[in-house]
Amino acid sequence: MEFETVIGLEIHAQLATESRIFCSCSTEFGCPPNQNTCPVCLGLPGSLPVLNQKVIEYAVKLGLATNCSIRSDSQFARKNYFYPDLPKAYQISQYERPICEHGHLEISTGEGQKQIGITRIHLEEDAGKLLHQENSDSSSVDLNRAGIPLVEIVSEPELSSSEEAKSYMEKMHAILTALGICSGDMEKGHMRCDANVSIRPKGQKEFGTRTEIKNLNSFRFVKQAIDYEIERHREEILDGRELVQETRLWDSERKLTFSMRSKEEAEEYRYFPDPDLPVVELDTAWVDGLRESLPELPDARKLRYREKLGLSEYDAEVLSLSGEASEFFEEVLEAGGDPKQACNWILGDMTRMMNEKDLSLRKLGIKPGMIAELISLIQEGTISGKMAKNLLPDLQNSDQSVKELVEAKGLVQVSDEQELLKMIDGLIQEHAAQVEEYRGGKTKVLGFFVGQLMKQTQGKANPGVANKLIKSRLDG
Amino acid sequence: MVESASLQELSGKIRGGEIRSEEVMASAYDRIEAHDSDLNVFRSRLDRETALKKAREIDQRAASGEKLGPLAGIPVSIKDNICIQDPELNGSCASAILEDYASPYDAHVVERLKAADAIIIGKTNMDEFAMGSSTENSAYGPTLNPWDRDRVPGGSSGGAAVSVASGMVLLALGSDTGGSVRQPASLCGVTGVKPSYGSVSRYGLVAYGSSLDQIGCLAKSSEDCSYALEVIQGHDPRDSTSSDQTLVGDGKDLELQGKRFCLPETYLDPEVVDAEVIEAISEAESMLLKEGAVIEKRPLEFLRFVIPTYYILAFAEASSNLGRFDGIRYGVRSQKEANLKSLYSDSRSKGFGREVQRRIMLGTFVLSSGYYDQFYGRATRVRAGMEQQIGKLFEEFDFILGPVSPFPACGSL
Ligand SMILES: [Zn+2]
Repeated sequence: MEFETVIGLEIHAQLATESRIFCSCSTEFGCPPNQNTCPVCLGLPGSLPVLNQKVIEYAVKLGLATNCSIRSDSQFARKNYFYPDLPKAYQISQYERPICEHGHLEISTGEGQKQIGITRIHLEEDAGKLLHQENSDSSSVDLNRAGIPLVEIVSEPELSSSEEAKSYMEKMHAILTALGICSGDMEKGHMRCDANVSIRPKGQKEFGTRTEIKNLNSFRFVKQAIDYEIERHREEILDGRELVQETRLWDSERKLTFSMRSKEEAEEYRYFPDPDLPVVELDTAWVDGLRESLPELPDARKLRYREKLGLSEYDAEVLSLSGEASEFFEEVLEAGGDPKQACNWILGDMTRMMNEKDLSLRKLGIKPGMIAELISLIQEGTISGKMAKNLLPDLQNSDQSVKELVEAKGLVQVSDEQELLKMIDGLIQEHAAQVEEYRGGKTKVLGFFVGQLMKQTQGKANPGVANKLIKSRLDG
Repeated sequence: MVESASLQELSGKIRGGEIRSEEVMASAYDRIEAHDSDLNVFRSRLDRETALKKAREIDQRAASGEKLGPLAGIPVSIKDNICIQDPELNGSCASAILEDYASPYDAHVVERLKAADAIIIGKTNMDEFAMGSSTENSAYGPTLNPWDRDRVPGGSSGGAAVSVASGMVLLALGSDTGGSVRQPASLCGVTGVKPSYGSVSRYGLVAYGSSLDQIGCLAKSSEDCSYALEVIQGHDPRDSTSSDQTLVGDGKDLELQGKRFCLPETYLDPEVVDAEVIEAISEAESMLLKEGAVIEKRPLEFLRFVIPTYYILAFAEASSNLGRFDGIRYGVRSQKEANLKSLYSDSRSKGFGREVQRRIMLGTFVLSSGYYDQFYGRATRVRAGMEQQIGKLFEEFDFILGPVSPFPACGSL
């Protein structure tokens, strides 16, 4: 039986405001537990929430960037449930009237561009954190995180593979960071998602039984967890077992999903409009102003890289999706670097270095100006591409210019023909047998001489010049 | 002297050094010491020496020529559900679940009272979490009506009303969600005002029905209430439902000639309203007519829906507002900690009184899926309809006239 997959994602992103959603405590991390709190985020009796206007601005920007309609009368609602990390026993969220609705964005798939619908984007406050004491049967509650502003972005069930889900999440990440409204730091949990997955026989209209995988906090996990879940669904169906609608978690160590709770235990949240917070009335002119002031978004950036800078479709896509990479890229260009070369350095050697050292692009400690200088030194013929590659680690955290480093290491390429010819003549005398071979038609031997020359110059001979000179001497 | 003077006169004399706050305080404490033990007015209060010391400080400041606030040296009580940071005034909401609760901050109104140089001497008894209208639902025993101890003082701000009626303080702050300031004021023969929603910040008032809760004043006269309202009203950025409009005037110069009063017919229905109350309304009616006011009777049908609508909305909000009292972070925690769920249910079953539990359960029910629209949703729509009708009524009338309570103070409810 052939199956098709239906996936919907709920992405949670932390908004990078300075203060929290309903009080003026800072959103800074790292304070000792419960130190960064006030009566409001502690949910003390008598305290009341006051909406941080910046949070509305950020959510509206996101809505505009994802083609949503913006509600001019959105409302906060209470989601009631008991848990020790929830100090008021309700989370202030949005229910019937979310701030943004009916949007969409485009992702690149194997079959070209695909539009994915966005059902809604709503605002909510984060809860605190439970700290489980080791060797103790008690837990502690840290409320430093309570009241951190979050957006929840709910997609339509229109993603049909784990790759599409991953691209969708990458695109959303790119938009959030391009807007400057989220740090995008997934390791810190600033962006994570829940995936709703189901499969159905190809052609069937009704959805299959769906499971929800909670708290996926990397692009890789999104793909792996969904792939695992699709395969699990297939096996259950093909083996004639009934799938249970439930919530599952991804175990990234064992690479499998496991059940967290089934639908029967699903909670009753008793949502109702929060009487402490008036309806959020938005002025159309203000929204239009925000629309005007949106920065360049990934789609527009990609188009510009392709059409204005001549990058390939693939390079433009990859660069434009990363805020960090595209920003770095543009700084290399500003410093005079060639676009194509700059892109190659960033997506090639620098990315390899990032992966090896497990560092972000900026954390490599190589300034964009250095890459621009490196590119022009190659173009001038001062150093070879190979020398440049070898030099890359030396650029890390260096305050010298590339030129200074090149000189200090004595890396300057030998292009002087007289100097090279002297050495070539010596080699020809030394290796009479190989000269014979060459002249007898075995032109491959040319490589041997180039190798010898490189050895003698410790790799500094300009390869183009060396090749030309050796050939002329051997042919002569 | 103290008994007859208005708040304005008395505080004026204290500021001017003509009367000492210490004398006023001593007389308040004479009353408290004579009657608090049997009337059960205060949940917590300063001891006599502490209060007298605060009064002497005011007197010294007055004597040194310092400019003092409008309530300088006046003994004031606040209801037990208003937060104050004072280790001598711990506990909250007359509930066992908040037995030793110590608020780490002052309510907006407490800040205002302090800035006005009032002396907050104690927190008054109430129906637990303001749920009730007799002050019998306190975890710490009922408050009695000072005029007849066999009758209730009304509620939920019963302690507040009695603190004024028995001369223990000159001003009391209460809270009113569905009559909780006005009704005990009426039953104890003092004046109580629930100002318009939003005119006094709720910051630091422990929530019951958030969309209806409002802090109000109880004092000997409307003049005193209005004087005190001046102090506590006004916009507070910490309460998003706080209005930026100020309440207008104290009514002292109000010209009644030609003013139009609407008198709902239901309020004169002997099936609904006690004969004694109807008599009082008629008296008020003739006083107003004598002053040249116009009174028109109207059959306001929507009044029938006021109470059921109030119950649904207030209970729903309460069920959510009271969720935070779970024994985890503060308040009473059950020692039987079998698991999280039983920790919650044991703590709440032990900590909350019966009436509070009843209202939480009803409120939880009206918000649950499948019933939400039938109850909470419907009540919201009815409320919006009433708002509209009352708005229309005020296009025609300047006032709506009515009794605070359909019956006078009675025995145990
Ligand atoms: Zn805070």
